[in-house]
Amino acid sequence: MADKLLEVRDLCVAAHVQKNVLTPIVKKVSFSIETGKVVALIGESGSGKTTISLACMGYARPGCTITGGGVKLDDIEVLKLGFLERRRFRGTDVSYVAQSAAASFNAALTITRQVIETPLIKNLMSANEAMEKAVSLYHELDLPEPEAIGRRYPHQVSGGQLQRLMAAMAMICDPKLLILDEPTTALDVTTQIEVLQAFKKLIRDKHTSAIYVSHDLAVVAQVADDILVLKDGVMIEYGPAEQIINEPSQDYTRELISAAHIMPKSMPKPRPLIIQTAQNATAQPLLVVDGVTAGYGQNHQYLALHSVSVEAHVGRTIGIIGESGSGKTTLGRVISGLMGSKQGEVRLDGIPLADSIARRSRAELRSVQFAFQMADVALNPRHRIRKILGRPLKFYFNMSEGEVGHRIDEILDTVELPSYFANRFPRELSGGERQRINLARSLTAEPKLIICDEITSALDTIVAEAILKLLRELQERLKVAYVFISHDLSTIAKVADTIAVMRRGKIVEYGSTVEILTPPHHRYTELLLSSVPDLRTDWLDTIETRRAAARIAAAG
Amino acid sequence: MTVPVAELRSLLRELLSELTPTVVICALILACVILVVLFAPLIAPYGEGEILTNDSFALQGSEGKARPGSTLLLGGDFLGRDILSRLVYGARVTLSVALAISLLAFLLGTTVGFLAAAIRGRADAVLSRIVDALISFPSIMIALIVVTSLGSTFTVLIITVALIDATRVFRVARALAMNIIVQDYIEAARVRGEGLGWVMWQEVLPNVLGPLAAEFGIRFTYAILFISALSFLGLGVQPPHSDLGLMVKENIQALLYASAYDDLRYALICISPALCIATVTISVNLIVDWFLKSTGASLPEEL
Amino acid sequence: MALTALIGRRLLIGVFILLIVSALVFAGTEILPGDVATAILGQSATPELVALIRERLGLDDPVYLRYLHWLGGLVTGNLGTSLVNGADLGGEVGVRLFNTFFLALLTASVAVPLSIVLGLLSALKPNSILDRAISTVSLALISLPDFLTAIILVTLFAVTWKLFPAIVNIRSDDGITDIMRALVLPVSALVFTVLAHMVRMTRTVVLDVLTSQPIEMALLKGVPRWRILIVHALPNALAPIVNVIALNLAYLISGIVVIETLFNVLGLGRFTVESVQNRDIPAVQVCAMIFCAVYVLLNLLADVISIIANPRLRHPK
Repeated sequence: MADKLLEVRDLCVAAHVQKNVLTPIVKKVSFSIETGKVVALIGESGSGKTTISLACMGYARPGCTITGGGVKLDDIEVLKLGFLERRRFRGTDVSYVAQSAAASFNAALTITRQVIETPLIKNLMSANEAMEKAVSLYHELDLPEPEAIGRRYPHQVSGGQLQRLMAAMAMICDPKLLILDEPTTALDVTTQIEVLQAFKKLIRDKHTSAIYVSHDLAVVAQVADDILVLKDGVMIEYGPAEQIINEPSQDYTRELISAAHIMPKSMPKPRPLIIQTAQNATAQPLLVVDGVTAGYGQNHQYLALHSVSVEAHVGRTIGIIGESGSGKTTLGRVISGLMGSKQGEVRLDGIPLADSIARRSRAELRSVQFAFQMADVALNPRHRIRKILGRPLKFYFNMSEGEVGHRIDEILDTVELPSYFANRFPRELSGGERQRINLARSLTAEPKLIICDEITSALDTIVAEAILKLLRELQERLKVAYVFISHDLSTIAKVADTIAVMRRGKIVEYGSTVEILTPPHHRYTELLLSSVPDLRTDWLDTIETRRAAARIAAAG
Repeated sequence: MTVPVAELRSLLRELLSELTPTVVICALILACVILVVLFAPLIAPYGEGEILTNDSFALQGSEGKARPGSTLLLGGDFLGRDILSRLVYGARVTLSVALAISLLAFLLGTTVGFLAAAIRGRADAVLSRIVDALISFPSIMIALIVVTSLGSTFTVLIITVALIDATRVFRVARALAMNIIVQDYIEAARVRGEGLGWVMWQEVLPNVLGPLAAEFGIRFTYAILFISALSFLGLGVQPPHSDLGLMVKENIQALLYASAYDDLRYALICISPALCIATVTISVNLIVDWFLKSTGASLPEEL
Repeated sequence: MALTALIGRRLLIGVFILLIVSALVFAGTEILPGDVATAILGQSATPELVALIRERLGLDDPVYLRYLHWLGGLVTGNLGTSLVNGADLGGEVGVRLFNTFFLALLTASVAVPLSIVLGLLSALKPNSILDRAISTVSLALISLPDFLTAIILVTLFAVTWKLFPAIVNIRSDDGITDIMRALVLPVSALVFTVLAHMVRMTRTVVLDVLTSQPIEMALLKGVPRWRILIVHALPNALAPIVNVIALNLAYLISGIVVIETLFNVLGLGRFTVESVQNRDIPAVQVCAMIFCAVYVLLNLLADVISIIANPRLRHPK
């Protein structure tokens, strides 16, 4: 037991919700870390994982109090220390890497000044020593211009680089314990893996212990020795990573695993693109985007789309994949009429759609619906669900009050929500429920096509999985077509019949899902594919060579 | 167009659950003030301009009837008129002028502000620049210049101060509407094909109603203070009319008598109108403060 | 560099605004109804006399010529003559301006440090008893009319305790202590009028910075509290605080007009009010121009400082 670096016993944390009312948010959590090992805290939002990791530094956010239990670091009982004594080990023995480095770096100070602050104020190194140490860490983390990058201000470097610089800041005093709080979540998928690799190498080389906080099981599997699964502040399962991933003992863990962002084991069974029905005898695609070029600013000054052409079919899904800045959202906006195009046209059932909403007929508007990414900002917070769902019914179908009520019940039933939800406000619903309402609103119009813009990205994995399932069922029943926009290849692979891979406003590869996912790949598709982790612990180590080649090819 | 009734009702219920003693007291005070002002002729013991005694504090010695508490509760003014009665009438003038100012300013400011936010583009830029230019004047100077050339009648005062105030309301209304217009639910309404009327009235308005109500309270107190300051300088409401600010100015000499006779009660003659103003403005501001806190709303930063 | 260009642009805008302001001040007092010549002559106006005065004052020139003439005079320090006594405005305005400036300077030197300290105290322990007391008192102070605070101060300190004079009546042979004693009450009254806003805004600004993520990060790095305040919070809070100060000093103007009138201070604010009452239009123009210019300059200063303090603008990509 001597080599246990950190021991957390029956930790309890509570939040002050109202005056004099304490609500527990972490309940009796215990785990320990041996020197050189990595423990992952995994759970969905609200599971208390960040709160626990902060409590290991003896810190509770304003509004929270550590109400019980103990944290033992080496031989120190952290929670028994006073305010001033806790400061002594922070930054030196234990250090912290926050989720968003861009928000956590002080914009007014240069990077190196912040990186070397801890050793300087604690008199552990001279300024020169600290500077040398910082530069060597920058080298190790594969940062460009390691000699010069520290002289810049945080806004002058990219997000991925900042995240690594924050790791350098955390490692400057060679801490015994490193706390990584969702350190790659805010990054683009392809950057995420590089940063993850850098972190893993750093932890391994320095033989540092770490707590890795994440919601993403596949990412956690790459770095953790032990995994602690949390739900609503309670421990669900705790054990070695291999065991949790391969032989989970709890249902919740199994759910998490099946919802993880990994490529599906087998290729989805291809469906014929054309559904033969009476109305659809000519077998033409429902929607054709034909050579659309569009951009922002006056006269499309800043182009976001360069002659993009895709097709959507009745009862089928086209997946649009790309990273931020790829133009995938712009494509969705052009189809919906929110944005005009400079060249090219969008045709629905062979008839060209007007460039703006104002010039589209009500029937055309009804046929193409848009489901937004963030349900919490896509639903008017001051409208009841009844109004949110009822308005399209009145607007498109001129329904009477009675018919509207009846139809709302039906639609709520379609998205598997009880009918009394009609009286609620959006804020009284959970994230997943809100997303269902968001989807239900597009369904009220009985559209031919729904543009789904990252509708699962902001959701926890299990909830997202349920929404995807709902989407599939609705498609079977209603024969609605989806344009499914996402940055996550694993999600797209699960739902799409055809895939368009976008990069910098152009389509780099376009074909059926099977074609896209079967080698040979386009070099950028290869990079994307190699950015989706497998749910096994040694994936990250095997991927390195494959990615290096893909990256060089994609950059060229 | 239907007024969003259900939304208003839920907001009201939310508010009532968070009442504090301070707010209740403030609301009661305001209710009393409103009653007094509405029924001024019934409540005032004497007429507005009725001269009751020759021995006003300005003419008589320390034993005069003008002394508060002698025969008149709050004393008599420099002409020997009952302060209490004049307070009631003065408050009537001050509050109705301030109300007219804030209503006018709101009508103008919110309409133009919402339009600017909805239309955006060049029209918005031009409007915003004009307002920027107007705001680069200290408001008291605008008022003084206008009063110099047009004289201070009620119409001139109300329109001038309302215009000054409207520039602030414009900024707040525009900023509030802008925050809402960039939200996805507005985009959702636009994709549906909704017109500008529905978007502004049904989607935007319910979300800015709270902050706008708070802003109205703030503008109202500002109008009271501003008009009182002008009257105090002798440039606002003109005799024979009187408002609370002018009453302070007229009776400022009472302070000297208080000093000369060593009788603090004389000070009351000139302090009581000012205290009336303060009671109303403090009550309104405390309610606004509570309202903002309990609805979690905030106003765009501005003085 | 982008920064100097940005500041340069802002300064140019400032000059432009001043020009607009001058045009509006001129227009507001000259073009609107009410003939200056008639105003001067009052009851004794005969057509011949009016014509004579109009000619002497150049009132028959086209408006833009009169504006340019007036503007040229302002810039070269020739402020024109008073309609009331025909005296050169330059001398009178100079003395009055000095008094007002002195009053404002005293007020600022008390109000600025005091409000920063109170705002900081309040922000460091949000929702503490001190914070709630400060916030309630300042809210009440904001709601008070400027003259009420002054009257209460006079009632207490001049009428009841007779510590300070109620009216500022400075003679040339008064010593510095007499002058200071006379100024205690007006300065205190002015401090109260600006203090509350400054305290509240400083609190918001500091609280904003202190609850930001970089501060939590510094805490988790083991940085001591004082160092967090000075090294991490101050650089981010400084610009908004300076902004708050500049804005509030600009708002001091209306307070100055009221307080000078009430205490009989022979300053520019009182002079403005007197001129308005006498319809002494050249004097109103000059005073309004001076106050507006100060106001514009203070706002400009606030803008320029926030440009300089923004690291994103100071160190572009």
